[in-house]
Amino acid sequence: MTAAADITVIGGGLVGAAIAFGLAQQPGMRVAVLDEGDIARRASRANFALVWVSSKGVGMPEYATWSMDSADGWAGLAASVREISGIDVAYERPGGFLMCLSDAEMDARIRTMKVMQAQTGAPQYAYEILDHAGVRKRLPAIGPDVVGAIYCDLDGHVNSLRLFRALHVAMARLGVSYRPEHPVDTIVPGQDGFRIRGPWGEFTTGRVVLAAGLDNARLAAMVGLSAPVVPSKGQIIITEKAAPFLNYPVQTVRQTDEGGVMVGDSQEDLGFDTQVTYPVISVMAQRAVRMFPLLAGLNVVRTWSASRVMSPDGFPIYEQSREWPGAFVATCHSGVTLAAAHAQILAPAIRAGRLPDDLACFSARRLNVPKAA
Amino acid sequence: MKQPGTVGALDERYDLAVIGAGPAGLSAAAEAAEAGLSVLLLDENGAPGGQIYRGISGMPAKRRAILGADFVRGDAVVERFERSAASYARHATVWSLAPDGPKGFEIGVSLAGAARHIHAREVVAATGAHERPFPIPGWTLPGVMTAGAAQIALKASALVPAGRVIVAGCGPLLFLVTAQLLAAGADIVAVLDTAERGNWRRALPHLPDFLRSPYLAKGLRLMLKARRAHFAAGVTTLRAEADADGNLSRIVYGQDGRETTLSCETLLLHQGVVPNINLANAVGCEQDWDEAGLCFVPRTDAWMQTSIPGLSIPGDGAGIRGAEAATLGGTLAALGALCRLGRLTAEERDRRATPIRAEFERYSAGRAFLDALYRPPKAFRVPEVAETIVCRCEEVTAGEIREAVAGGVTGPNQLKIFLRCGMGPCQGRQCSLTVTELIADARGSDAATVGSYHQRPPFKPVTLGELAALPTTPAAVKAVVR
Amino acid sequence: MFRRLPESEEVTVRFSIDGRSVTARAGETVAAALLATGVVSCRTTPVGGQKRAPYCMMGVCFECLVTIDGIGNRQACLVPVSEGMAVRSQHGARAIADEPLAEGAR
Repeated sequence: MTAAADITVIGGGLVGAAIAFGLAQQPGMRVAVLDEGDIARRASRANFALVWVSSKGVGMPEYATWSMDSADGWAGLAASVREISGIDVAYERPGGFLMCLSDAEMDARIRTMKVMQAQTGAPQYAYEILDHAGVRKRLPAIGPDVVGAIYCDLDGHVNSLRLFRALHVAMARLGVSYRPEHPVDTIVPGQDGFRIRGPWGEFTTGRVVLAAGLDNARLAAMVGLSAPVVPSKGQIIITEKAAPFLNYPVQTVRQTDEGGVMVGDSQEDLGFDTQVTYPVISVMAQRAVRMFPLLAGLNVVRTWSASRVMSPDGFPIYEQSREWPGAFVATCHSGVTLAAAHAQILAPAIRAGRLPDDLACFSARRLNVPKAA
Repeated sequence: MKQPGTVGALDERYDLAVIGAGPAGLSAAAEAAEAGLSVLLLDENGAPGGQIYRGISGMPAKRRAILGADFVRGDAVVERFERSAASYARHATVWSLAPDGPKGFEIGVSLAGAARHIHAREVVAATGAHERPFPIPGWTLPGVMTAGAAQIALKASALVPAGRVIVAGCGPLLFLVTAQLLAAGADIVAVLDTAERGNWRRALPHLPDFLRSPYLAKGLRLMLKARRAHFAAGVTTLRAEADADGNLSRIVYGQDGRETTLSCETLLLHQGVVPNINLANAVGCEQDWDEAGLCFVPRTDAWMQTSIPGLSIPGDGAGIRGAEAATLGGTLAALGALCRLGRLTAEERDRRATPIRAEFERYSAGRAFLDALYRPPKAFRVPEVAETIVCRCEEVTAGEIREAVAGGVTGPNQLKIFLRCGMGPCQGRQCSLTVTELIADARGSDAATVGSYHQRPPFKPVTLGELAALPTTPAAVKAVVR
Repeated sequence: MFRRLPESEEVTVRFSIDGRSVTARAGETVAAALLATGVVSCRTTPVGGQKRAPYCMMGVCFECLVTIDGIGNRQACLVPVSEGMAVRSQHGARAIADEPLAEGAR
């Protein structure tokens, strides 16, 4: 068959767009992105926009390294995206805070950091344990309930909506064929590529990259892969714009470059339910106001609930199909943090046709191994 | 009439909660309370009447004379409500509404700086209408406001624009306001009619309905009054321009291929009213595109019930029919609720509804004529000048939206993500329709296919502190503190 | 700019706009009072610094945002003016760091 594209990415969210952008940065391959339309389950519309490293990777030290590598690559990603799209995604890396409102929370946070770094091969980056006064020096707006915080200078944040647009503009300028309103029903593998079918017709491609978020669970099985991802409900509060008062991202509170304040982040296993529930919103609001009392008077303009894309152990899945080489899956719940790694490391590897050995740990086969009792 | 002034003074449960104290809400609340339901009416403003009967209670005779005979009809609606046993929470904000199983609905209310959830078995959302966006170059300048805004200033505060005033657009309200402002002594230097001249022809097939409608006498009287000012028909382009201080100083309009510049201090824009669907949309009511009215309307049944059982939308909130039809529609909604709550048999409901429905149909009859006659031209709905601001809050222009669509954005919700369009404090109220029609135009599609923004609660501002004071549960704490 | 129609039985309240003492009719909204006292623009936008003024007068457009008694982004068309009220025009985004702590803040 004559392929319509050399590589087709299924999914135009942050994961798919970052991979497509990375694929298209070197000329010579025809890259297509098939995406759904205006109404779709899009985690990319509801993320918290942190580029975050600290505390990640308990249970899989390679994930800590992967996150750190991506964060280290982020300045480069922001620059290349800006160069091609003309859009500044407001990436900043001032360091971030894990804020604690009780001694118990403080102890738990410190323990997590220690457990993470005690793992064999875990990155030994520096972090600071700050008491109330120490936090106040850098964040004068904190309230009396703040017991302390962990500060890590590897953490940062970005304007994730602008990132989304910038990646789309950039990949279009690099010649990627973006096809919205192209939901995928089936992928049929063959000897010389893949036939992708949907209500819109059929599309043939040499290789295929599954970046369809929760839909990866369904699509992976069609090409001999496994991506047992399930929804994890997260709720977000967004306020009106305020003059800048918070110069650092805090893991659950951040002020965007446009002035709005985002408050996160809840996590519930409730299937695909995305109803905003006020007891949860209230706890999030309470904690934000205890961290920063001046937030109490800010008007909320939006509450939002969406589904994270969660694997059973919470870590990404990257894999090439053994049965049908040329089919890849990429799935994670940190599409912002990992955007740089996806564009700069994963995409070139997919282009080369082979994932590097140090990504072997992200194979879904790890999920089939029963845990030792 | 009880008047709870704090959220603490509200009951935990009501049989019926009514949102909005315009004619539809007032009559629904009165009808239900008279039938013995416990009723709470929540309204944003300080006095009953909504926008149409704004400020009617205790209004001096002189102002009433300016506003005319139709306005005074509101007295009976307000008085009936005030005589009823319904509770009335003024200056109250309803910021969330969701079905809550057997309890009916959970309603988020803010009052006097505090928030709370209450429950009601039935809800009448009489959220009314607002003016259709009028996106022309310069419509954000100080000195430009809607004709409806000028009318509210007149009704509620006896204020009249000083200096030279120009009114522009189309629709019955434009001419009503013009007549009222003339009567109040405003210096209206020009009336610019943007309706397409061919509209008369398109409106003709609807004439039989129109002749049976009370709109006839009203419409013609208004037109004659309006013509005391300089009148330009068939206006095809319009822009507002600023002086060195950034305030409105003149307008430029096009007519028959010629441009005319007029100086003015105030420009009043209007091209019809459309249902205020934010609440209905956020709650998840099914909605349809109304091609005659050029707007989305929540789908309602004969008792004004939406696709969500127990949630009714009478009045202009589910399609523009005017104040009289809203008053009657509110009563029909209440009868429907009474029946569902077991207070009326279906036979009794229908018996009582019959004469009301007949009158309701009579008032609704003129609508097709008005929609056709005053259909706002596409050039004023879908801006042609790329620099025209569409989303006033986020300052997103028509050109940027067209560019995003060319880049693969197929609908309003993806557009939000790309351009923040509709994400500002007005939550899309001022740009939703323009965005839908603009995307449809750019894609060569239609508004029904393109769809609208999916709205999110809160429908109206509520502070983070107010949300923080709401009750929590151990499960909720566990979902956040991990 | 607006002018008031002369009507009898007026009860007036005194309040201030950007420190200037002015009067309004009791019961009217802050937005109406601003229009009546000749205020042309009440704020500049946080996005592009554009001048804006009351536009819809019915709580829909959020253009009449002002600072009232120290609290920013109040909808002037929905707040009744009261004796001694201090109204300030707003420049750009709301400056929460300069505001008194809201009730409920600890």
